[in-house]
Amino acid sequence: MARTLSRARLRAAALTLPLLAFVGVTFIAPLGSMLVRSFHEPHVADALPQTLASLRAWDGASVPSEDTFRILATELRRLDQQRKLGGVATRINRLAGGMRSTIMDTARALRTAEPVSWRETLTATDPAWGDEAAWLAVRRAGERYTMRHYLNALDLDRDSSGNIVAQSPDRRIYLPLLLRTLGVSLAITFICLILGYPVAYLIANASPARANLLLLLVLVPFWTSLLVRTTSWIVLLQNQGVVNDLLVAAGIIGDDGRLALVYNMVGTLVAMTQVLLPFMILPLYAVMRSISPMYLRAASSLGATFWQGFVRVYWPQSLPGVAAGSLLVFILSIGYYITPALVGGRTGQLISNMIAYHMQESLNWGLAAALGVILLLAVMLLYLVYNRLVGIERMRLS
Amino acid sequence: MRHATASFELGERLRRAVHLAVCGAVLVFLVAPMLVVIPLSFNAEPYFTFTEGMLRLDSDAYSMRWYRNVVEDSEWRLALVNSIVIGLAATAIATTLGVLAALGLANPAMPGRGFVTSLLISPMVTPIIISAAGMFFFYSKLGIAQTHLGVILAHAVFGTPFVVISVTATLVGFDHNLVRAGASLGGGPFLVFRRIQLPLIAPGVMSGALFAFAASFDEVVAVLFLGGLQQRTIPRQMWTGIREEISPEILAVATFLVMLALLLLGTVEWLRGRASAKPGEAD
Repeated sequence: MARTLSRARLRAAALTLPLLAFVGVTFIAPLGSMLVRSFHEPHVADALPQTLASLRAWDGASVPSEDTFRILATELRRLDQQRKLGGVATRINRLAGGMRSTIMDTARALRTAEPVSWRETLTATDPAWGDEAAWLAVRRAGERYTMRHYLNALDLDRDSSGNIVAQSPDRRIYLPLLLRTLGVSLAITFICLILGYPVAYLIANASPARANLLLLLVLVPFWTSLLVRTTSWIVLLQNQGVVNDLLVAAGIIGDDGRLALVYNMVGTLVAMTQVLLPFMILPLYAVMRSISPMYLRAASSLGATFWQGFVRVYWPQSLPGVAAGSLLVFILSIGYYITPALVGGRTGQLISNMIAYHMQESLNWGLAAALGVILLLAVMLLYLVYNRLVGIERMRLS
Repeated sequence: MRHATASFELGERLRRAVHLAVCGAVLVFLVAPMLVVIPLSFNAEPYFTFTEGMLRLDSDAYSMRWYRNVVEDSEWRLALVNSIVIGLAATAIATTLGVLAALGLANPAMPGRGFVTSLLISPMVTPIIISAAGMFFFYSKLGIAQTHLGVILAHAVFGTPFVVISVTATLVGFDHNLVRAGASLGGGPFLVFRRIQLPLIAPGVMSGALFAFAASFDEVVAVLFLGGLQQRTIPRQMWTGIREEISPEILAVATFLVMLALLLLGTVEWLRGRASAKPGEAD
């Protein structure tokens, strides 16, 4: 008996194994690779090994020795010849602005110079070399394993003595953006709940034929391409768009007072709400369908008004649906990328758009990875809560 | 007393009317964006708005030129072929692996079901930008970035949760005694699967596959990160179009995609109707 049971277990597990392996290689390993990227930064360490070795012995309080200058000059020359200097300079520049041109100029000067004193030649090319800050930046950029992308992602920095300090308020970018993302997600979740609840209630209490028709109306946008829906919102909300035209025609606004409804936060909110609304309505409906209308009738026959009955009897029973729908919409919205990217303009961007920016434009992949890991942790936490509260097996597609 | 009842009924009717009006408005909000795109795609002018001629229903204000442009454009044609090839390949992988896994998960003897399920569903809830960024790092190392294979693998893994969920749903309440009965009558595992389980899960497999295909057919971020010029798909083309030069061609393609969505939805609903009348269910 025990043997047949363990054979059954093995057989069941064996069936899931191919997919587990596939998900492991095509999905989990990439996430792992992102995690590694977020703190492993070998580029500068590999490019300037001897300079960094020499800087490790340096006290950091005064300008380094002539020896260190010579080693740096030699390594810069080599990198310049190998045309590998650009990437190194960019990375050091991220820690101290202006270092890119300092390094590039120095390398250019070193092509012809055959100096007696390396320190004098370098500081003559760029006085920055006479300041410890430049050397500290080189040393920190050379850390093979670093927390600086995380510090950066949380708007923290290290001061010259290595203590972690908060960025000055005007230089904070990521925490405000993170807070904005959370705020926008909460707002969208709330709006979806307000809009979705009455509709789910209507569908749950309609005759089967009517409920089916209404469900189809909810499912059509669910199935329609996200890009199509986003395009539609541009068509509807743009300056010369349908909504503004209607408002002008109705005399609510003047032709010169057209509202800016898209390429800003309004566009992001409206479009994301429409995109995510079905994810609220469907779980709500699934729960409401199982609430018998008898309860409300009983409440009303005992003299309760509709609202009393609703608040005391119906709402508590619908809470599992509220929790499931709200969590799902919230999870989906904090990682949303496509809609804000297309209709958010400059002010309607969320944390995902910042990750995309660092992936595609600033090419600061380490920072993109750190932001990604932080967002992923938030989503995983919410996913765990969802799993506990709702149960992943209860997720339905139609 | 009579007066009170009348006012109660009036209040009740008012409440219902308000409720219906709110629901009507929300449903219009949900569906209207799709409906606006369709007439505008026949705009004779290169605008994204209704012209006066269109509002007068002037036949000159309407034209098929954007559809013609799309059909004649080699980039859109390549995009369509890519979307279909990638979509079909990803669906095939996702369906095969997803069905096997769902059968394992539905087995009462499956160890660690909760953990395995949430792991297998995770590609669906992970923000797409994170998955795509990670895949960009990892697939570049494997040398499959900028290839069809890379995009296919990404789309396949995004599609598997849909298959797992919809097949698992058809297996809920499945009586495992049927499998034992089949085996005790001398059926091998494959025969038992083909004759007993497959007919039951077939609608779930089909709708899972359609979901997976639809997901791939609409996916743009992984294509942006993993695809090169040769892997441009329809959503990728639309993305560029929306960001750079908005042309009614996009609306023509959008109309096509709305039709496709209706077709897929209709098929899934039809399958669902068939699945709900399934035989062999243990209550």
